[in-house]
Amino acid sequence: MIEATEAKLKQVEPRTHYLNANYGIKSWLLTIDHKRIALLYLASITVFFFLGGAFALMIRLELLTPKGDIMTPDAYNKMFTMHGIVMIFFFLIPAIPAVLGNFLLPLMLGAKDLAFPKINLLSWYVYNLGAIFTLYAIIAGGVDTGWTFYTPLSVNSTSQVTPMAVGIFINGFSSILTGLNFIVTIHTMRAPGLTWFRLPLFVWAHYATSLIQILGTPVLAVTIVLLGIERIFGVGIFNASLGGDPVLFQHLFWFYSHPAVYIMILPAMGVISELIAAFSRKKIFGYSFVAFSSLAIAVYGFLVWGHHMFVSSQSVFAGMVFSFLSYFVAIPSAVKVFNWTATLFKGSISWDTPMLYAFGFIGLFIIGGMTGLYLAALGLDVHVHDTYFVVAHFHYIMVGGAVMAYLGGMHYWWPKITGRMYPEGWAKLSALLVFIGFNLTFFPQFLLGYQGMPRRYHEYADHFQVLNVMSTAGASILGVGYVLPMIYFIWSMRYGPIAKANPWPGSGLEWQTSSPPPTENFEETPTVTWDAYEFTKDNSRRYDVVKQGS
Amino acid sequence: MADSHVATHSALAHHFDNMEQQREAGSLGMWIFLLTEIMFFGGAFTAYIVYRNTPEVSEAFVLASNTLDVWLGLINTAVLICSSLTMALAVYYAQTETDSKRLQITFMILTVILGLTFLVIKGFEYADKFTHHHIPGKTYSFPAAGVLESKTQIFFTIYFALTGLHALHMIIGIVILLVIIRMAAKKRFSPEWHAPVELFGLYWHFVDIVWIFLFPLLYLLGFHLHGGAH
Ligand code: HEM
Ligand SMILES: [Cu+2]
Repeated sequence: MIEATEAKLKQVEPRTHYLNANYGIKSWLLTIDHKRIALLYLASITVFFFLGGAFALMIRLELLTPKGDIMTPDAYNKMFTMHGIVMIFFFLIPAIPAVLGNFLLPLMLGAKDLAFPKINLLSWYVYNLGAIFTLYAIIAGGVDTGWTFYTPLSVNSTSQVTPMAVGIFINGFSSILTGLNFIVTIHTMRAPGLTWFRLPLFVWAHYATSLIQILGTPVLAVTIVLLGIERIFGVGIFNASLGGDPVLFQHLFWFYSHPAVYIMILPAMGVISELIAAFSRKKIFGYSFVAFSSLAIAVYGFLVWGHHMFVSSQSVFAGMVFSFLSYFVAIPSAVKVFNWTATLFKGSISWDTPMLYAFGFIGLFIIGGMTGLYLAALGLDVHVHDTYFVVAHFHYIMVGGAVMAYLGGMHYWWPKITGRMYPEGWAKLSALLVFIGFNLTFFPQFLLGYQGMPRRYHEYADHFQVLNVMSTAGASILGVGYVLPMIYFIWSMRYGPIAKANPWPGSGLEWQTSSPPPTENFEETPTVTWDAYEFTKDNSRRYDVVKQGS
Repeated sequence: MADSHVATHSALAHHFDNMEQQREAGSLGMWIFLLTEIMFFGGAFTAYIVYRNTPEVSEAFVLASNTLDVWLGLINTAVLICSSLTMALAVYYAQTETDSKRLQITFMILTVILGLTFLVIKGFEYADKFTHHHIPGKTYSFPAAGVLESKTQIFFTIYFALTGLHALHMIIGIVILLVIIRMAAKKRFSPEWHAPVELFGLYWHFVDIVWIFLFPLLYLLGFHLHGGAH
């Protein structure tokens, strides 16, 4: 039966494309094709996603009961620290730019590759080099400082802070290199006729993200260098007992790390714009507002870091200024949400899996964003600071937002990446599980935080247990929802129905070439004469349903 | 992206349409890289500025800064400015039509020599700090500072962090320059294509500029307060 399918496949796709252009491990490890590099990233990042997920499940298991019964407080500290570090630096920050961005930017621009293909490959190796140090730090005993590395704890801690810091330092360069490559590519490699205001919003979002990566990441890098010097030589820059200033560390750290949350969410917003347009078959309402709101978020994000430091001896005046400024960051985000909603209005909406994720994103992002405003309110934050309210807030944005968009984008572009469709029924089921599991996991945490359960504790008062049990139950559902796509995606690479070049159909340049694309992306460089999101009236799905054995 | 008359140069990479586009991409990339470098050094400069404005630490900074040898710093500043000049000349001769390869290589070699001179002088300064136990860490001592002793250590930490990172940039620069000299000797460059020389020139000037900021901040501020070094 399998032979029969294979024979059939050979008839359908005798052509060469980037996946079968050459074979062997070497052809992958030395590739400079942005599409293959995207897949290399996909492999590394998936490993880290599930590693971080394993830590998360350990956290939730421990919190099932009020007593600390499955691990010591020290082990618990390490568990949530490593969960945070792995998820932030090795999954969320690279996920959408390095996988989807890498794959799609040149295609969307009508270019043959990114501007610096070798630097692109280098950035994947740099990522993995950083990963090796991080894994070493984890195996050699872990880190107990929290992913924020606050001093003086991170200076005095006897856990593996130094190798971990080295890992994150190195990993940062991969982020910088990706951002640099994207900016130069967007500036210099657009196809003839592709003006700035014809670019898909996905490209605008990545442009803004890259700005943050190149401006913010170096500051984190030098902060980590100083921290490292301090640990190795026992000197004081941040260490108060030697005359240094621990709060300075927080300033430097959040100068990067607040903008960094936009490195995680802006690409996600870019994905959502594509999905909303494609599945309501309408031009994005207020295109240029959505484009500029990305830039506004990127620039403005650098002015509000102090809202993480309301309770760390910053002056009340500074607290008020940062609180006030933080409200303004909500404006460009709200612009996007309003424009998506306006686009959906009277659109011809189809409920394919990517669209389910897009709807999920909008709902969860609104909740996450609104609670962000609570936290930006100086007085309120003093009450819920370092409680589960904060944990719920950032998970709504980062997991409910960024991870939903990542999954939605993976489904949407999967036929372009592999030339195959995924099984629609399973995909819908997993989208549903993710949505339900997510809310069940994290909504109770808002209530817990509001009632005063502190974060980063491994024991808690008895009356918090019901909500914690709900949260742990949700986490198991969420886990299933995340594992399913991995299984059926791998399955579909071999057995999925063959997808045509433009299955949905979408409007961007990436859909104007075959699936999977040839190594140089286009048979000949396209000339663009139309604006982004000009959809044809033809609404029909265009993939052959070649089922196994049929 | 106008079509260039040298559209099929041997140095044209497969994914660019023409030399002009390739050149644009290269130089934009370099400028953005330098921007990241500014942010990188900027973080450490921020730490310096914060402590400079913290009353007690600021006093300690003056004491510590006066142990630096202004003359050596000044000589090094001159050395670096000269190296910027020789590098600029090398770029100039890479661009000119005439048979200027010899001059180009000569100026690049001069740049390497000046760079090494800087590093050697820096080495003497570091050695001096070592003999005076002014290297931050367990053996650190600065009794003359009295109660401010631990705070003078902050100055030296920032001093070594900043000058160390700067020196590291110079070492990397010299290695790259040696590679470029080899390429030049193999006649790889022409007036149509000499991007590596040009882009490296930008990098080298940047490294020099960082020093131009470091010198007054570390050596000169507070200098007048005590009337000179030592
Ligand atoms: C499978 C579902 C997940 C569960 C059950 C979970 C659980 C948790 C818990 C309980 C904490 C707080 C620990 C504490 O402060 O005591 C936490 C922190 C965190 N989580 Fe998750 N998480 C999940 C998925 C994710 C994902 C997918 C990401 C990122 C993509 C993520 C990113 C973070 C970050 C950045 C922190 C902050 C760590 C810190 O500040 O200490 N989590 N998670
Ligand atoms: Cu923030």
